[in-house]
Amino acid sequence: MAIQTDAVRVAPRAAARRRQKNSVGVFGALSHVALIVWTILVVGPILWTFLASFKTNPEIVGDAPLALPHSFGWDAWGRAWEKAHVGRYMLNTILVVGVSTLFTMLFGSMAAYVLARYRFWGNRAIYYLFVSGLSFPVFLALVPLFFVVRNLGLIDTHLGVILVYIAYSLPFTVFFLTAFFKTLPTSVAEAAMMDGCSHTRTFFQIMMPMARPGLISITIFNILGQWNQYLLPIVLLSGSVEDKWLITQGIANINTSAGYEADWPGLFAALSMAIIPMMIVYIIFQRQIQSGLTAGAVK
Amino acid sequence: MRHGDGGAGGRLLSAKMRTYGFIVSFLLVPLILYVVFVISPYAQAFYISLTNWRGISANPQYIGFENFGRLLDDDVFWAAVRHHGLLLLAMPLITIAIALFFSFLLNVGGGSKGGAMRGVRGSGFYRVVYFFPQVLAVAVVGVLFQAIYRPDGTGVLNGLLSTVGLGPVGWLITPDLALWSIMGVVVWQSVGFYVVLFSAGMSAIPKDVFEAAALDGAGRFRLFFGITLPLIWDTIQVGWVYLGIAAFDCFALVQVLSVDRGGPDNATTVLPLEIWRTAFTFSKFGYASAMGVALFFLTITFAALSLRVTRRERIEF
Repeated sequence: MAIQTDAVRVAPRAAARRRQKNSVGVFGALSHVALIVWTILVVGPILWTFLASFKTNPEIVGDAPLALPHSFGWDAWGRAWEKAHVGRYMLNTILVVGVSTLFTMLFGSMAAYVLARYRFWGNRAIYYLFVSGLSFPVFLALVPLFFVVRNLGLIDTHLGVILVYIAYSLPFTVFFLTAFFKTLPTSVAEAAMMDGCSHTRTFFQIMMPMARPGLISITIFNILGQWNQYLLPIVLLSGSVEDKWLITQGIANINTSAGYEADWPGLFAALSMAIIPMMIVYIIFQRQIQSGLTAGAVK
Repeated sequence: MRHGDGGAGGRLLSAKMRTYGFIVSFLLVPLILYVVFVISPYAQAFYISLTNWRGISANPQYIGFENFGRLLDDDVFWAAVRHHGLLLLAMPLITIAIALFFSFLLNVGGGSKGGAMRGVRGSGFYRVVYFFPQVLAVAVVGVLFQAIYRPDGTGVLNGLLSTVGLGPVGWLITPDLALWSIMGVVVWQSVGFYVVLFSAGMSAIPKDVFEAAALDGAGRFRLFFGITLPLIWDTIQVGWVYLGIAAFDCFALVQVLSVDRGGPDNATTVLPLEIWRTAFTFSKFGYASAMGVALFFLTITFAALSLRVTRRERIEF
């Protein structure tokens, strides 16, 4: 009796499995088609940009925009780097983003550590003050921010941009790192304090190394966010200081001026230069970037 | 060792002072930066919105709610609000649908092997590629898509259409189409992010749930609508709020990509663009701040509503 029930139960399962196997074939093929189509949609425009940077003007605006370039020369890249000042914008951006990310991480982790590990009057209030910054649209602050920076004499300076970048990166950095510092074990820090280690030394020599995974994720998050920032540079670095511009506003401006000069290969070479560093960073840190950027959503 | 009460109290006090000194020294700089550049501008914005400040006069004049009254009669403002409404409805729907479809294929679509559900072959590769546009600057993407959307035969998209014999389409110059073209770029850029987000949600579902359902003969539709969807509802809700908030932005893309910045004929304009233009082109700082306040309340209302509407019983597993 028992054996029979088993046999009865096994039969439909085998059938189900067979059915599934057949459907895997058709379904699998269709799903691969869908996945490949989206891959082409994603890769196509980027690949086309690289190719277009090697073309000549008539090749790009001619009747066959999808054809391969006739020859591979780096003229357009040179023009973009020199004449369109992409090299200059790139160096400016590296300077601004480098300095501001460094200090965002320093100040952010200092504040987060104190808020996560010390009990004092006003702790919660300060924490919520920082986190509230996450829920305001930056456009609300735009006008007063411009005048705050101008009144400090920092408009059209890199220092002004750096300070603003740090301030606007703090909410998410503090929010994420406070949660992260709370998850770290307390015993190591306590032992160090017992041995007479000062608060500051405990932070820099014990807590910071322990927090490395979280710090790396948020550092990458901040680098990407600040590198890609467009609104703040165009408000804080006006047209009169073109030599101080950052890469995003520089690229957007080449586009508007390209209409007159019509150096399309130069434009695409400039675009490629803006894309390639991001691509390299992404390929190296792909795992951390995906987890870092989606981290906010999991919380 | 204790040296009497007074000494211990003194040392305790000094340790306490040291702790407070440490707390203050660590919080001071970040807090000052944050208050000066973030909190104070937000607070000032509400006051400036009640003035007719144009940046020249030292003392802006208080005019009450006059700016908000003018907003109600401003056609461009309402056009921008309508565009946000359209973006709010269509953009999350399209993005989430595409992302759910792909993340299902990448996590469950490969059928069962050795008792566990897997994604289709190469799913790791697809996840890496799909996510890539997310790391590009929106301004750069905007410039790139200008070449793709060019209205004559020289645009990439129109070049493709002409090979199958279709006439050129004015992607960005046709008023009814322009906003959809821009929305297409947002979708193009953000699908990968949500594929990764939903994949994380799906991989948290215990494998035996799928296995049991598959053994009981549940097809892929049942696996998707009966199991995957309800179990990752939380994650979808988060994605919905993210995309909704993004629908109130779109500044960089519209500013870079659209013709005449928000055109043709204000067919693609959005509030952030109007705020920026009103302030820094027309120097109407009071009026721009009033738009900022309106945008703020729109965003907050959306976030509050969507959290209420989509709240459902959380399924523990």
